[in-house]
Amino acid sequence: MSEWIKHDLLDLQNLSKEEIELILETAKSFKEVSSRDVKKVPALRGKTVVMLFFENSTRTRMSFELAAKRLSADTINIAISSSSLSKGETILDTARNIEAMNVDAIIVRHPTAGVPKILSENLGPSIINAGDGCRSHPTQALLDMFTIKEKLGKIEGLEVGIVGDIAHSRVARSNICGLNKLGAKVTVCGPATLIPSDIEKLGVKVSHDVDEIIKNSDVIMLLRIQKERQEDKFLPSIREYAKVFGINKNRLKNAKKDLLIMHPGPTNRGVELSAEVADGEYSVILDQVTNGVAVRMAILYLLLGTKEIKTEEVS
Amino acid sequence: MSLLIKNAIIVSFKNISKEKQDILIEKGLIKKIGTSIKEKAAKTIDAKGKIVMPGFIDLHSHLREPGREDKETIETGSLAAAKGGFTTIMCMANTNPVIDNCMIVESIIKEAKRVGLVNVIPVGAITRGLNSEELTDMVELKSAGCLALSDDGRSVLNSNLMRLALQYSSMAEILLIEHCEDDFLSSGGMMNEGYNSTLLGIKPDPGVSETVILARDIELVNYTKTKIHFAHISLKRSTELIKNAKKSGINVTAEACPHHFTLTDDAVKSFDTSTKVKPPLRSKEDVDAIKQALSDGTIDCISTDHAPHSKEDKEADFDNAPFGMIGFETALGLAIKELVDAKVIALPKLVELMSKNPAGIIGLKNKGDIKEGMDADIVIVDDKKDWEFKKEDIASKSKNSPFIGMMLKGEVQTTICAGKITYQK
Amino acid sequence: MSKIIDKENIRRAITRISHEILEKNKGSEDLCLIGIRTRGAVLAERINECIKQIEGAALPLGILDITLYRDDLTLVSTQPIVHETLINFDIADKKIVLVDDVLFTGRTIRAALDALIDFGRPSSIQLAVLVDRGHRELPIRADYVGKNIPTSIDENVNVVLEETDKEQDQVIVETGGAK
Repeated sequence: MSEWIKHDLLDLQNLSKEEIELILETAKSFKEVSSRDVKKVPALRGKTVVMLFFENSTRTRMSFELAAKRLSADTINIAISSSSLSKGETILDTARNIEAMNVDAIIVRHPTAGVPKILSENLGPSIINAGDGCRSHPTQALLDMFTIKEKLGKIEGLEVGIVGDIAHSRVARSNICGLNKLGAKVTVCGPATLIPSDIEKLGVKVSHDVDEIIKNSDVIMLLRIQKERQEDKFLPSIREYAKVFGINKNRLKNAKKDLLIMHPGPTNRGVELSAEVADGEYSVILDQVTNGVAVRMAILYLLLGTKEIKTEEVS
Repeated sequence: MSLLIKNAIIVSFKNISKEKQDILIEKGLIKKIGTSIKEKAAKTIDAKGKIVMPGFIDLHSHLREPGREDKETIETGSLAAAKGGFTTIMCMANTNPVIDNCMIVESIIKEAKRVGLVNVIPVGAITRGLNSEELTDMVELKSAGCLALSDDGRSVLNSNLMRLALQYSSMAEILLIEHCEDDFLSSGGMMNEGYNSTLLGIKPDPGVSETVILARDIELVNYTKTKIHFAHISLKRSTELIKNAKKSGINVTAEACPHHFTLTDDAVKSFDTSTKVKPPLRSKEDVDAIKQALSDGTIDCISTDHAPHSKEDKEADFDNAPFGMIGFETALGLAIKELVDAKVIALPKLVELMSKNPAGIIGLKNKGDIKEGMDADIVIVDDKKDWEFKKEDIASKSKNSPFIGMMLKGEVQTTICAGKITYQK
Repeated sequence: MSKIIDKENIRRAITRISHEILEKNKGSEDLCLIGIRTRGAVLAERINECIKQIEGAALPLGILDITLYRDDLTLVSTQPIVHETLINFDIADKKIVLVDDVLFTGRTIRAALDALIDFGRPSSIQLAVLVDRGHRELPIRADYVGKNIPTSIDENVNVVLEETDKEQDQVIVETGGAK
């Protein structure tokens, strides 16, 4: 297995196939740690991890926090609404202040694409992207891939359908990138207004037919439909979306036997999927949550061990 | 004070002088041009090995004064313009308060005269306070010194209001400059819509937001038998529409900015907020089409859209950073590197694009050429010089440029405005 | 480079250690084996095989990865690869025999003790090693030793086992740069 030399986790474009596989392999060991009575190892004792969230998130923040704590790191939460920032202080100011307190890693979520990259270029601590705008959410994609590999034993050659608001989804973008690297075949599916231009060039097929996706896929990832998309006129109504793209038990009649249904959460039951499907035989939604902690532990462990001077990230 | 330029290879829009010429300047005018002028002058400049061009004229810049003197002032903007070889610049109306009345026009002209480095011609607003509702007092703005009107930063979206603006400005004999952007279509987009916006997850602005307004305006100009000048054209499709309009005899002119013929939206991958401009950086295909349009006359001139922004603004995240980059000091270096050196155009064509045509578009009869009796607005250029654009050398108050650290070709040695040396390297 | 123990002597050492473990613990009641990855785990399996032949039943066997408990994590330039720990039984109130290939500074064993305590509270922990090469940096000693090999600090002791190294069993001492 290859050595880990990266200092930051900004997106999956910067990771090789081998590096992704190393994270997934390492995460296996951490899943075992999380299953112990004493769910804690001393690997990151004395390290400080700051969670700098400019956007609300309960799950991702909690998952990272548990991951850091289970590795014995100290964690601090900073939640800033980006509106309060615009009053004079720039993100870099804020981040430089945090850096000055000698922290080892900054886990950042921001509504604007590229913020983690800019921070990594200007700061010393490891930067971990916990979601930047519509661009990237690497830890989510890694935990999704971990879950697929755990359940189906492989990723290469699988047909993966991603259904929903592709245009505004960082989860979709990161999964497309990661799944392609590991050899899966990805099809995105959603309303024409929510499929971004030239997405085929990212190496995916485009479909508007959910039933076709259900028939052909080994894995279906559903994306959360935000209510604002209706207000922004991308959708005539949420009701129509649910009817055309929502997955219910009846539709799953033609599904493959070991289909996995995934969702990054929080789910809109009755919109992207029916309650029956969310709790049904194909759903691995809760496994994703469990695996999220293990994958984030693996990432923290690997990143905080590197001492190398930062090399220019190539994107 | 008199000034004598010796050994000048003069580049005009027509040709490059075969022999070395001397240029005698007196009282702000070009007094005499000849192969060996014997008259004494108070100061002599030897232009040996350099080329001498008419001073550059920029139809599109933002000087931020009044309102945002932290970003630029008329003084710092003039310094930067002179350093870039400009002798006449037009500054856009989106200051605070807006340039929509003669008081502000006069105050800007007065301050520019005090600074005395470059002719500053304010562009008045088309609508009062840029409100897109009522027309400004165009005749009065013209008499105060405006040679053009624009709501730059946005289009006049209301088509009827635009029709009226065209007709009224035509009567007032003042040029309208349109920033082509349908706000509904651009809908808050931050970069060109295409592969890169999809890859980067940045809100996209589709090119069609530019072309629908451009096409509408061409129709309005045709219908009202008026004329218009299109600001910062960025798309291949726009050049096609302009070309067809010109072919049909519709009175349109257009400008393009150096960043639109040098950078593609690949530059945004760096998330450098200096690459966030309006119109956005486009595709390779568009960049090539803009170059072609500059060479074949579809686009009439090069303007900078010099748009200074402070460090605080630049350090904001991409979504919250303002649009625009500075442009005075890189315009020539980029034009020579990307157009002349790349054999897209020859030097006389560059003079046409940067001096002759802009002078013609706003009706400056005594500028844009080096001839006896014309204004002594002259720039001496080392067109063979490769130089690095360094942050610490920037004269503008703001440093928001994606070209910092880049090698450019062709460096301004001396700028002379109205017979006075305004910049000397 | 010199071969210190050959295949046959390794087999004998393991048989002897197995007997000693049973003797000292007066049988196999409450006894479990935990091997430290990677070669300790192999040796633990071999000891278990031996005990099975003697007692007729194998002991519960676990594999411990001590990477996350190492005290030098802040000193290395890249993180060592973590492998899974597999202990599928409750270690509370058990007599644990920890198995490793070479006992050197004692730091690995310190880490292993910390890791084990996180799994529960065994009634005792004993240590079995194939080679004790000296140079302890911590107050740790082995209960069962295959062979004591006096070494100098810059020598390397390599234990080669068929299961992990695809070569015939042997223990080699090499001079030269410290590992």
